[in-house]
Amino acid sequence: MTIATEKNKVQLKSIGFSDRAYGRSVEENKIKIVVEDFNFFYGKTHALKNINMKIRSNAVVGIIGPSGCGKSTFLRCFNRMNDTINNIRYQGDISVDGNNIFDKDLDVVDLRRNVGMVFQKSNPFPKSIFENVAYGLKINGINDKDFIQERVEKSLKDAALWSEIKDRLNESAFSLSGGQQQRLCIARALAVEPEILLLDEPASALDPIATGKIEELIHELKKKYTIVIVTHNMQQAARVSDYTAFFMLGELVEYDFTNKIFTNPLKKITEDYVTGRFG
Amino acid sequence: MTVVAAQYNRRRPWINPKIKEKLIHGFFFANGMISVLALLGIFALLTMTSIPAFREINIGSFLTGFEWNPTSYVKEQYGIVPMLVSTLMVTVGALLIAIPLGIGTAAYLSDVASPKVREIAKPIVEILAGIPSVVIGFLGIVLVGPILSKIFHTHNGLNAINGSVLLAVMALPTIISISEDALKNVPSSYEQASLALGASKWQTIARVKIPAALSGIIAACMLGMGRAVGETMTVLMATGCAPAMPKSMLGPVRTLTSSIAIELGEVAYNTTHYYALFALGLVLFLITFFINMISDIILHKYEKVNR
Repeated sequence: MTIATEKNKVQLKSIGFSDRAYGRSVEENKIKIVVEDFNFFYGKTHALKNINMKIRSNAVVGIIGPSGCGKSTFLRCFNRMNDTINNIRYQGDISVDGNNIFDKDLDVVDLRRNVGMVFQKSNPFPKSIFENVAYGLKINGINDKDFIQERVEKSLKDAALWSEIKDRLNESAFSLSGGQQQRLCIARALAVEPEILLLDEPASALDPIATGKIEELIHELKKKYTIVIVTHNMQQAARVSDYTAFFMLGELVEYDFTNKIFTNPLKKITEDYVTGRFG
Repeated sequence: MTVVAAQYNRRRPWINPKIKEKLIHGFFFANGMISVLALLGIFALLTMTSIPAFREINIGSFLTGFEWNPTSYVKEQYGIVPMLVSTLMVTVGALLIAIPLGIGTAAYLSDVASPKVREIAKPIVEILAGIPSVVIGFLGIVLVGPILSKIFHTHNGLNAINGSVLLAVMALPTIISISEDALKNVPSSYEQASLALGASKWQTIARVKIPAALSGIIAACMLGMGRAVGETMTVLMATGCAPAMPKSMLGPVRTLTSSIAIELGEVAYNTTHYYALFALGLVLFLITFFINMISDIILHKYEKVNR
């Protein structure tokens, strides 16, 4: 990374968040997530610095940036998965539909039901395919077998997996290929009908065909869900997302329409990154 | 001759390296074989010494007889059913106490306890395994017994429940330690996936982590059971040891192990009674052998899955 020079550091510090980047493109009433003056600390490490961001309903927001820039940490703030780590601290607000997710009265379990997440490495449970998808329903106290059956089928269809596996629902989830396992994880997240879907490099371990299927799926899913996707692959961000946020050293450098970021970014450093000059 | 070659030739090994290699190999092989030979030797000894017993005792009545009375003036009886039932009662009782407690403790240590608590608590649990069985038996007489007799209004507390409680204490360290390892080995991605779906910590432990670690936990329980079946001194001291068919968990029982321990010291050498005690030992050996073998198979299977 060439960023370490003194000059660049100064340049980074001077980059404030420009209202223009989202203000003109996002209508206030359709805003799903608002991030305000958000800071995040791992112990003494200041991992996310003063992030401001608004995310529209039914939009796909791609988060790009070099490794260690805090993009996964940022994503994991939306469903408070970082809570499982010791010694972390939040500052500032993130609100979903106007409700602050760090509110003391908010049940984190409810939040996570509403904000689904798919991880970088597919992580099905060592259970059958059916049980994997039904898990989220069962832990939420749903026992109606017909309902579960229906919802499992619907989720698998939404995840474009149903036709491939409909005859082997009772087989182990590990019998599926890598790409199928990842779509199973998406189906599992969809089964509880969240409103927001967080995808943490969902295709980084997959071959191009499986990746293509996941990307197609994201296009379909945005009709129903608001999607935030972290990706290392710039082409992927360009292909799937409506908006792109560029992170660097824990700061949000630029956030705008995807084609703007990739063709005519405001900041020089963004251009350097998206054209592959560093990172 | 080059200089290098000359250097190699200067020091000649006092022994041919090939032979040396073989000797070393043989030494370690012999070490490994000793425990195998010991096992086979014990099995052979038990079998050889048991066989004479069956010259006079019908093997069917030995295995199915309801009375054990080798010193009767009228008719000597060699039925092991009361002892098998006693062993079963005490062991099952111990497992009923130890398994829920052990799994609960293991789950606490692996998922709930802070690292500091775990660092202190786990060694303490393991030290529990090192307490001599005589000391635990002693506790059974002076502590558990009186408490039980107060609760159930019996004359004394030396009964099957007492034995179960003490054996549970002895089986716990094994169960906790191995179950905790099994839970620790469950990939954290399962836990993350479960939490991200809106599961509580408790649901995650009960529905994802314990099922995923189940084979390890079963193996832990089997090993704990092996310990409980084979334990002698504690049950000898705490269970009353009446050589009759046990009537209830509140009555005195006499396990296979305590029968051998009690009678072997007083029996006349090379009598049928003497040989019959060895036959008891053989039965016990076979029981613990199979328990250990099954738990080993399960544990092995589980290691393969997690690799």
